[in-house]
Amino acid sequence: MSGHDEDWEYDDAAPGDEHAGGSGFSAIQVYLLGFLLAIGLTVASFWIAGSNAVWGPGIPAALLSLAVAQMGVHLVFFLHITSGPENTNNTLALAFGVLVVLVIVVGSVWIMAHLNHNLMTLDQMKRMQH
Amino acid sequence: MSQAATPSDVASVYLQHGPYGQGHDPHGHGHADARGHGAGGPAPKRVIVGYGFWVFLLSDIVMFSAFFAAYAVLAHATAGGPTGKQLFDLNRVAIETACLLVSSFTCGLGYVAATRRRQLETQFWMLVTGLFGLVFVGLEVLEFYEMIQQGAGPGRSAFLSAFFALVGCHGLHVTVGGLWLGTMMAQIWFKGFKPPIMRRLLCFNLFWHALDIIWVALFTIVYLLGAGA
Repeated sequence: MSGHDEDWEYDDAAPGDEHAGGSGFSAIQVYLLGFLLAIGLTVASFWIAGSNAVWGPGIPAALLSLAVAQMGVHLVFFLHITSGPENTNNTLALAFGVLVVLVIVVGSVWIMAHLNHNLMTLDQMKRMQH
Repeated sequence: MSQAATPSDVASVYLQHGPYGQGHDPHGHGHADARGHGAGGPAPKRVIVGYGFWVFLLSDIVMFSAFFAAYAVLAHATAGGPTGKQLFDLNRVAIETACLLVSSFTCGLGYVAATRRRQLETQFWMLVTGLFGLVFVGLEVLEFYEMIQQGAGPGRSAFLSAFFALVGCHGLHVTVGGLWLGTMMAQIWFKGFKPPIMRRLLCFNLFWHALDIIWVALFTIVYLLGAGA
């Protein structure tokens, strides 16, 4: 075992590996860029929540979009998940994770929001027993 | 994999040459140039470990999504008790957010320093990471303490149960991450940048960054939307 950088010549990348020679930025520059983008998105989130700059009913949508954007920034610049061929396994696992998360969150909210609407009332239930 | 044949070596020979052994190698160079693809042999341990930990993190995120779903459903079930708007202090949340974001950044810098085998620089950035994490946990404990003092503990309403479960679960993760961070610092200090240590450090980095991703969802959905509603 040579000890260091034993596998840089292999084609698959572990999540979190910075990619050699991909972007032309050094590893620290990539982190710095991600950090600045994340700061910008965070400041925008807190500013929108505390001001009247955005039309009231649009604030949740704006905040959720900023959060999704910031998660994307974290994934790309900090976790180094890319769309490249060496990252196929990592991206596919992420896609499946996102699918499960969406099913759980959207499904729960959807079902619970319609629960009262879809359930029979006590009266209807009593009538069915006769 | 030069010393002894692992099961996957045997499998790769089987796949390349069929069940009856030698004689089916049209190009004549066997699997000596195996590069980690399918029958060519196993991927390097670092990639396997990183991928396995990535799958664990995704499952952890799926678990958090269940807490988020519970919170989203119960956010308005305050049972006549205090609402998020009355309880949340957005200034403190902003400081917590800044702490976690900076610590995520310095964690990355520490990893870059570790890949360059710089002991003191690695230790310094990891220490900064840990201190910001500690401030984060401290602020969160203070918030919980104040809320419970006001009679807004987890038993007050379904909303507060869901709140304490979700935010507390994240805080617990950060605390465990902090302990792991201290362990990693000691291991790097005493054992150096050996491949197993570097693999653990890679996993720790993934863990710490993932916690920040969850915090982004948390401060948006719980605090910003909760304080605005």
